[in-house]
Amino acid sequence: MNDAGLTVRGLRVSFGGSRGMFGRGGRPAVAAVAGVDLDVAAGEIVAVVGESGSGKTTVARCVVGLVTPDDGTLSYDDVPLGSTRSRPPAIQRAIQMVFQDPRSSLNPRMTAGAIVREAWQAHPAAAPSGDQDAAVRNLLAEVGLDASVAGRRPSALSGGQCQRVSIARALALRPRLLVCDEAVSALDVSVQAQILRLLSDVRRDHGLSMLFISHDLGVVRQIADRVVVMRSGEVVEQAPAEDLFTRPTHPYTRALLDAALDLEGAAS
Amino acid sequence: MTTTSHPVSTSVGHDAATTTPPLPEMRRRSARRVLGWLRFLPHAVIAGYLFLAVVGPLLVDYDPMVTSITDRLLSPGSTTSDGSTAWLGTDGVGRDVLAQIVLGARTSITIAVLTVTVCAVIGIAVGLVAGYVGGWADTVAARLIDVLIAFPGILLAIVIAGLFRPSIAIVVIALSAVGWIGFARVVRGTALSLRERDWVSAARVMAVPRRSILTRHVLPFVAGPVVAMATLEFALVVLAEAGLSFLGIGLPPTAVSWGQTVAAGKEYLEIAWWISTFPGLALALLVVCVGLVGDQLTARYGGKR
Amino acid sequence: MSEPLLDVRDLDVFLPTRSGPVHVLDGVSFSVDAARTTGLIGESGSGKTMAAMAIIGLLPAGAVTRGQLWWRSEDLLAVSSRRRRQVRGREIAMIFQDPLASLNPGQTVGRQVTEIPRRDGMGRAELARTATHLLDRVGIPDPAQRTGNYPHQFSGGQRQRAMTALALAGQPQLILADEPTTALDVTVQARILDLLRHLRDTEHTAMLLVSHDLRVMAHVADDLVVMYAGRVCERGPAQAVLREPRHPYTKALVASVPAVRARTAIADPLPGSPADPAHRPAGCAFHPRCPLAVLRCRVERPTVREVAPGRWTACHLAEADGLPDAAEVRP
Ligand SMILES: Nc1ncnc2c1ncn2[C@@H]1O[C@H](COP(=O)(O)OP(=O)(O)OP(=O)(O)O)[C@@H](O)[C@H]1O
Ligand SMILES: Nc1ncnc2c1ncn2[C@@H]1O[C@H](COP(=O)(O)OP(=O)(O)O)[C@@H](O)[C@H]1O
Ligand code: SF4
Ligand SMILES: [Mg+2]
Ligand SMILES: [Mg+2]
Repeated sequence: MNDAGLTVRGLRVSFGGSRGMFGRGGRPAVAAVAGVDLDVAAGEIVAVVGESGSGKTTVARCVVGLVTPDDGTLSYDDVPLGSTRSRPPAIQRAIQMVFQDPRSSLNPRMTAGAIVREAWQAHPAAAPSGDQDAAVRNLLAEVGLDASVAGRRPSALSGGQCQRVSIARALALRPRLLVCDEAVSALDVSVQAQILRLLSDVRRDHGLSMLFISHDLGVVRQIADRVVVMRSGEVVEQAPAEDLFTRPTHPYTRALLDAALDLEGAAS
Repeated sequence: MTTTSHPVSTSVGHDAATTTPPLPEMRRRSARRVLGWLRFLPHAVIAGYLFLAVVGPLLVDYDPMVTSITDRLLSPGSTTSDGSTAWLGTDGVGRDVLAQIVLGARTSITIAVLTVTVCAVIGIAVGLVAGYVGGWADTVAARLIDVLIAFPGILLAIVIAGLFRPSIAIVVIALSAVGWIGFARVVRGTALSLRERDWVSAARVMAVPRRSILTRHVLPFVAGPVVAMATLEFALVVLAEAGLSFLGIGLPPTAVSWGQTVAAGKEYLEIAWWISTFPGLALALLVVCVGLVGDQLTARYGGKR
Repeated sequence: MSEPLLDVRDLDVFLPTRSGPVHVLDGVSFSVDAARTTGLIGESGSGKTMAAMAIIGLLPAGAVTRGQLWWRSEDLLAVSSRRRRQVRGREIAMIFQDPLASLNPGQTVGRQVTEIPRRDGMGRAELARTATHLLDRVGIPDPAQRTGNYPHQFSGGQRQRAMTALALAGQPQLILADEPTTALDVTVQARILDLLRHLRDTEHTAMLLVSHDLRVMAHVADDLVVMYAGRVCERGPAQAVLREPRHPYTKALVASVPAVRARTAIADPLPGSPADPAHRPAGCAFHPRCPLAVLRCRVERPTVREVAPGRWTACHLAEADGLPDAAEVRP
């Protein structure tokens, strides 16, 4: 295998070509993603920003195989990506996702330990060879959780702890690309900093690449290497993070940056 | 990171102020406690019926084929020709009404349990496939349900039961023919909303097999609404079974059922009110109690009909 | 500074839960001045919404309230429920977080914003004019046409504007706004915040703005009240509080806000998670996460004291010129 990373070309998705009864009553299809090209190289953090409804989540769900595109190609290390189920196991493991809502991304009836172990049941090849309980404890420790968390259900965990369990579940399969859809947006600022720190540590220690979706430009500037700006399903600008923040070229990017608030210089 | 590393914070007590203040408004508990116990009265009554259905037939000696001319239409509390007391009287051919109620409870409850089980299994299977798998499976299920719902359920049951040799199995099949629809709809709705939950998406991203997703991430969450549905369905089945046997359809003459007893008493309503009244009361009490429990469960789990 | 319009004194709120009453607001005191915007900030569960609900009198059933809510010369916790309803909507109005959930989907926006004047018996033609005027004031384009629209025909930002118009209809002296921009995109958020600022400047409406976003606060709040676990930990003029926090929690919050116009490193995070009012640590509620905590903090609850003119803080170690360094406290 080579390490071309993730390549997305000409991605198109539309929703709402509804299955109205006898073909009637359906709404016209809405293009959520209208021709997106995107690359995430190995070890790189690429952020996707844009207003709500611009298609960020849809792109993410195509990458992990939850949504089947109407058109376009996705590949990882030159292996074409279809729906999750149709991918070779190695690719299934390589691409994992962290969701926005920390609570609803964990099954409320399962303990944190069972949630992490489920990943290994699905992919025995990634399962630790020795004691699974010890492996769970190590993984939880890696995301900053106490071993006692393994026996607790999501309702007994805080939002930040749930998000750490989510990250541990994704890391259990030793992925190479982590898709984070607004993974820190629902967290309180003090907890958000913890999770950002964790994600950047994980990237450093595992050489992970990330597709990091967020509407918070401040967070993006802290963590991203490259930024893709989306609007109405299209990429309007992509550039290395610092270039984009200091020399935005597209008017929409400039409008986004102007509207963003900062603590400093607010007294107007 | 989550457990702090500061030396000062190794033990965290709890502020007395968070728990102490006596709050007068929150103390009026006794009235609520009585109400709280009353909520469980229907549960107790149902438990009584279940006990009666299981143990009762062992205690009463009754044969529907044995009639006794001398004991016809005895009023409640009379002494029969063999010296025993007919607490709830006897019917037009001298059979004990109390014994019929006890045996009828077993018939009713057996049929209701079997029917609800069959309905739940079919309904859950159809609902899960329609709701979770979606696509053409959902379309087929939805059309089937639309067609079946257009038939009045009890008429369909009468037709089915009337076409075959009477037996308990036929009654169960007849009542299940449309009974599963309620379950299928509740389960489909729940599965449809669960499919979009992030924990299900997470499992799909990890390529967890579809069967495990259904059993682990979807099924446990339909249990509540299904139980609520099952109690309501139970009440309906008890009523419908009584209706069928009142009409003399479905059950063989050797079976004892409340509906048959009520029907047998209807000719004597003016001279022997007890024959129809007591089994009718037994039926009504069970249906009302099951309905009350069902309402409580529905309120708790939000299962929609 | 002017006389306070609303003066919240030692407010306690207990909410019933399965495991007994929870003390969700514990001795909360702050005031809102006329023609100023007071920001109420804190992390999820710190009691911001409950404070706003206590003021407007819409706490969940079974809640127990103690303390005083001085609204000019009357204590809202002592007045009749009739007077309370009179205050609600006309003197104090509220904008809720989710505009779609708080607008009636089956009524036109124009009808909903004129609910109060209609109840007062205003005539038809006058009502139509009022509706148009209200929508115009909150910056909805083409207001005369839009009065006939239903809420679903409005965009998220427009719905939030319609909610604001509804709040303005009773000509309140105080508006409570609970996270008015949290559900909105940055560009829309900026416009709503401008609108709120504009209302303060042109109509001199006082506002209590609830938000967990320090950046929003920096843009619209004149005064700031910082809450943690159902208690106030710091209050004072917004710019001063944000620039020189006198409470370690405020300081940590300010430090964890990432900047857009400058590159910042990821902040050193606070350990642990926000305290839950149901399990509030003894002494200073913040002590398990505080980088400055000393022994005293674990046992003695700090009172809110004025460490410098207008600067109130609930920290044992705060002084007039600021907070000590962690190294000074625990070498
Ligand atoms: N109806 C209720 N019954 C019991 N406890 C409640 C109820 N509503 C809120 N609480 C509790 O009261 C505390 C304060 O809640 P509140 O809604 O005021 O928080 P908040 O600061 O507005 O948070 P957020 O930023 O998440 O909106 C929390 O601990 C919460 O769990
Ligand atoms: N499952 C779906 N069915 C119908 N429309 C959808 C669905 N998911 C997303 N959309 C629509 O697609 C567009 C892009 O959505 P999304 O990718 O979620 O945007 P973002 O994540 O940038 O907010 C929006 O107009 C949204 O309403
Ligand atoms: S009182 Fe102590 S624990 Fe509380 S904020 Fe001040 S230094 Fe920290
Ligand atoms: Mg999204
Ligand atoms: Mg709130």
